[in-house]
Amino acid sequence: MKTDIILAGVGGQGILSIAAVIGKAALEDGLYMKQSEVHGMSQRGGDVQSHLRLSDKPIASDLIPLGTADIIISLEPMEALRYLPYMQSDAWVVSNSKPFENIANYPDYAQLMAEYDRLPHKIIFDVEQIAKDFGTPRVGNVVLLGAASPYLGIDFAKLENGIRSIFGKKGEEVVAINLQALQAGRKQCELNKL
Amino acid sequence: MKKQLLLGDEAIAQAAIDAGLSGVYSYPGTPSTEITEYIQQWAKTSDNKTVAVWCANEKTAVETAFGMSYAGKRTLSCMKHVGLNVAADAFMNIAMSGINGGMLIVTADDPSMHSSQNEQDNRVYGNFAMIPVFEPSNQQEAYDMVYEAYDLSEKWGYPVLLRITTRMAHSRAGVTTRPVQAQKPLHLEDNSMSKYTLLPVNARKRYKALIEAQKVFETASETSKYNRLYTVNHHTCRGVVACGIAFNYLQESYPDSFDCPVLKISQYPLPKQQLRELASLCDEILVLEDGYPIVEEQLKGILNTGLTIHGRLDGTLPRDGELNPDIVKHALGFAVTKPYNVPEVVVARPPALCMGCGHRDVYEALNEVVKEYPNAKVFSDIGCYTLGALPPFRAIDSCIDMGASITMARGASDAGVFPAIAVIGDSTFTHSGMTGLLDCVNSNANVLIIISDNETTGMTGGQDSAATGRIHAICQGLGVASEHLHGVVPLKKNFEELKNLIRQEIEYQGVSVIVPCRECIQTHARKVKEKHLKQQA
Repeated sequence: MKTDIILAGVGGQGILSIAAVIGKAALEDGLYMKQSEVHGMSQRGGDVQSHLRLSDKPIASDLIPLGTADIIISLEPMEALRYLPYMQSDAWVVSNSKPFENIANYPDYAQLMAEYDRLPHKIIFDVEQIAKDFGTPRVGNVVLLGAASPYLGIDFAKLENGIRSIFGKKGEEVVAINLQALQAGRKQCELNKL
Repeated sequence: MKKQLLLGDEAIAQAAIDAGLSGVYSYPGTPSTEITEYIQQWAKTSDNKTVAVWCANEKTAVETAFGMSYAGKRTLSCMKHVGLNVAADAFMNIAMSGINGGMLIVTADDPSMHSSQNEQDNRVYGNFAMIPVFEPSNQQEAYDMVYEAYDLSEKWGYPVLLRITTRMAHSRAGVTTRPVQAQKPLHLEDNSMSKYTLLPVNARKRYKALIEAQKVFETASETSKYNRLYTVNHHTCRGVVACGIAFNYLQESYPDSFDCPVLKISQYPLPKQQLRELASLCDEILVLEDGYPIVEEQLKGILNTGLTIHGRLDGTLPRDGELNPDIVKHALGFAVTKPYNVPEVVVARPPALCMGCGHRDVYEALNEVVKEYPNAKVFSDIGCYTLGALPPFRAIDSCIDMGASITMARGASDAGVFPAIAVIGDSTFTHSGMTGLLDCVNSNANVLIIISDNETTGMTGGQDSAATGRIHAICQGLGVASEHLHGVVPLKKNFEELKNLIRQEIEYQGVSVIVPCRECIQTHARKVKEKHLKQQA
């Protein structure tokens, strides 16, 4: 088994908590994992990405080679497209549809969506809209993780354990909301799969 | 033993803790910051009194760590690559005296300049100071090397340099830890005055001892488990030398086994015999190293046989920038295929100052006043406020190194630039700005210095700033006249006040300092959150 995942977004959106949950789940599954993160200057509202590699065999490179990623998970629709060169031909793109517009020359939304039309497999929906149902937009990243969950090569139950482990110190209520958010994301996957 | 998912930085920190660390002294700098932060977090919950602190700069940090080593305890000092330039005076001479308690210095280099102003390769410093350098290829090796480096440092009597790069620092993998060792007791060496007092008469002896120690370091490299020659059972055209993390990229191209001899190097000085053995097995050598072509250059001298060497110098690999699996794959002659390109619709998203940040208010006011002075030059410095160079501000004309804003402004002013304005942050000011300010005061330079104080070390994630609460007293102490030293809160409501102050002090012929002070919004938000969590618990 091998899953190479690109996580993308804008600094501050919370892609690293998605990585943390997957990491916990992978460790519980006895998988090897390497995850390269971005810290420092680029965090301040710039584009950020993380390479997350899972395998049942030891992993050599911390970075995913071009043309080999199995899935791109993005909290921002333009940011997902930035990493297309990493994708293998049959990969999935799972992205939030709502733009994060902190630059003056943000592209035209219709043009952006036209690029999505060309992709073989994608799930794109307004993550924050779903997250609002839980009264807190902060669970958006977990909703997105739920939508990507069928393509990670990890049992859904293990991801749920990952949520319990990562959010445990914030209390039972936070864990419960995030578990529901994961479920809701999973449902969105079925509704929006293209 | 326990397996944990750790960043390279965290693996280094955990290993130092497990090896019986008594103190870590550092200055924040991406990508090294998380090492010291991890030890600080651990120290909060531990009762073994390990000191884990941020110092005013890398030089004070290394010297303080050395003082602890002098007293027989195990110490650590961590910094980004350019930080070692600041600490270089201490670093070079600690190699001359040698150490007592085990001492490790970590340099986190930043090839591709993800968050730095150059991509200097600090393996050069190891060679320069003539001490052993470790360069891990993965997180487990980083842990093991640090854990063992303390024993080796004490056995050899010299400090050890650990060189990592951004990719190693900020990549996470499973790491198995080893048993925790007790801290070393206070232990002073007998008759050590001549060792630690580098008067020429002593220094000459110490230098001979350091030269003598090279044999020991070279033997250690030849027999190190971190330097390993992988052979195949036939002579091949190509052999490969892979240093540090480059070994992983090589392995990525050969998931099962290598088809040519490979020498993995993770400990320096270079193992010359192993390099010669590799050369005997092939007709040409490809050198894969992140950073400068150091091994590639040295190899030519070591072999001295005219054997063809490929690497960054002959264009087989790019001369600059970080290596990655694709660059290595290409250099090995394999095709790199990518079915998709970046669509044209995608545009750059550069980093920016946070909304609500006090530096924004400072630059907005400064830009308005500077419009009135067509010849104004604004010399800035290293920190979040360097982002003032980018739109929408485009407010600064320079950013060279820690502290250069003040000193460059003085030099430019001496040359006739008016107004010469410096913009520096609080932590950078106490790191390397104070001495420059003293120079300005002593020469009554015609400069305006804006110390944009956010009460933290912001760019690296909000570490304590040595300057907090002290800037006015420092400026006064250095001789800045009280009537030309002003504080102001950079908020919209004080916009006119700030503008008036800037204009007024530009017009003053001498040293003026304005200190706009408002806490970093990120640090503030984090403190509120921590307080909230504490109340819940």
